[in-house]
Amino acid sequence: MTAQAQTILPGRPRQAIPGPASMPALWRLAAARGGIEVKTFFRDKMAVAFIFGLPSILLVLFGSIFGGQAAARGVSVGQLYASGMIAGGIMSTSFQYLGIGIATERENGTLKRLAGTPMPPAAYFAGKVVQVMVCTLSETALLMLVGTLFYHLQLPASPGRWWTFAWVFVLGSAACALMGIAASSLPRSVASATPIITLPFTVLQFISGIYVPFSNIPGWMQDLASLFPLKWMAQGMRSVFLPGQAATLEPAHVWEHGRTALVLAVWIAAGLVLCVKTFRWQNRG
Amino acid sequence: MGSETAVMVRDLGKRYGDVTAVDGIDFDIGRGEVFALLGPNGAGKTTTVEILEGFRHRDRGTVAVLGHDPGHPSRAWRARIGIVLQLASVGPELTVQEMVRHFAALYPQSRDPDEAIELVGLTGKARSRIGGLSGGQARRLDVAMGIVGRPELLFLDEPTTGFDPEARRHFWDLIRDLRTDGTTIVLTTHYLDEAEALADRIAVIAAGRIVAAGDPGSLGGRSAAAARVSWTATGPAIRTAGEKQGRTTVETTTPTQLIAELRQQFDGEIPGLTVTRPTLEDTYLELTAKATS
Repeated sequence: MTAQAQTILPGRPRQAIPGPASMPALWRLAAARGGIEVKTFFRDKMAVAFIFGLPSILLVLFGSIFGGQAAARGVSVGQLYASGMIAGGIMSTSFQYLGIGIATERENGTLKRLAGTPMPPAAYFAGKVVQVMVCTLSETALLMLVGTLFYHLQLPASPGRWWTFAWVFVLGSAACALMGIAASSLPRSVASATPIITLPFTVLQFISGIYVPFSNIPGWMQDLASLFPLKWMAQGMRSVFLPGQAATLEPAHVWEHGRTALVLAVWIAAGLVLCVKTFRWQNRG
Repeated sequence: MGSETAVMVRDLGKRYGDVTAVDGIDFDIGRGEVFALLGPNGAGKTTTVEILEGFRHRDRGTVAVLGHDPGHPSRAWRARIGIVLQLASVGPELTVQEMVRHFAALYPQSRDPDEAIELVGLTGKARSRIGGLSGGQARRLDVAMGIVGRPELLFLDEPTTGFDPEARRHFWDLIRDLRTDGTTIVLTTHYLDEAEALADRIAVIAAGRIVAAGDPGSLGGRSAAAARVSWTATGPAIRTAGEKQGRTTVETTTPTQLIAELRQQFDGEIPGLTVTRPTLEDTYLELTAKATS
């Protein structure tokens, strides 16, 4: 640029070439991304109705139709539905929303546009973590509210049960979020994103004891469900919210906390590898 | 590092399977220049620009963009370039202001977001949801997002598609202002009048090669090309090179002399006289037709 070239546009004058030192800090970018992500979620009618609202609606439907029956001594079917739906809600706002949302962002060019800016990829994923945490906690709080108001769901009374709730929540949402990011690479258009992500999610909810009590599911379906995180998340949540004697309803007749943590940890590790291998900032073509 | 050169391209090549998209091209873009890349769809234009933008890897050749290899984009390098992609509107749930502010936050020394919105003429829509913008307004938002980081080098891909004539003129003024501010601009467009109005230099790419490069006035030997003199052929015609629908047209490198002769022949006004040189569009169509035949 020559000395005569003037800054005719208003604003701060052009400075020397910026070095990495003047880059916005990662935490700032992550906060900015998180804010945008959460705002987008709660303004998106599809996300609010279908991702956020549907689990509560289904809980009211299933709970009102079947909830009065007794599943075991001192355990109502309504309580089973409420605790299982909390696991389904976690998967909805993590797996389903990320799967559909990132596929859409990839196909409409949002990801490519962000890749063209100096934003580091870590800020993008940190923003997704913020979004999943905020939306999934709100979702869980809503389901706990509906469950305690209408279906005799009992909030954990001991620190031990809250601790179980915390680790099942964190490991479960992390595993589902990573699966969602990986699955977002499957749809090839915005229009196909919803069916491709929602179909396996719906099947998984049926066989994992969310829509139908797990003890009513045929054995081979139980075995299939045991390969995926949702069955273990639902079982973990039942151990948090149901009376101790409800464990007799489980196939193993105990809560299997160790196995639950192990399966979720394996899915987190596998999901992480899958995400690193498959994540693309641009669509094919 | 050549501080006067913004973009340097030597023997750039890119293949997709058996298809050669870019077949050994060379060009330089000087700092502060507006450089237009023209070419039919599938000529290698987008591939070339995407390699310069750091979105695609090349198969061969040397490329430097602001002194850096775009094959290895760094954050510091990305902070110095702006990219206006040819995309549908994104983030329909956010407002114009939220989106531009967010993009401003990603850059180390960005422009005031409200100023960027004003520059593209969207101040009245700043608080509107992006999903409710018209096509032309969404394009202008794209441009605001591209310039809010105060780039030294700005890539514009078909920037005025969907603009009404007034919005285009307004946009051209914005590009001229950015150029005066020292921004180097790489423009791809299908509108030849746009290239002619804005570009300091034009390169025409066809079938993966650059078939002509130069300033808009002399591209493809345009300024030296024969003039076309045409008149209504009533009365004595002198060189009837081509007669069509009652008009005679002659291509000549000495149009002034021809007109003097005609004036004598007609003894006064020459009926229906026109003198034209090939437009940029004529030159462009001829160049690309030759390259693809």
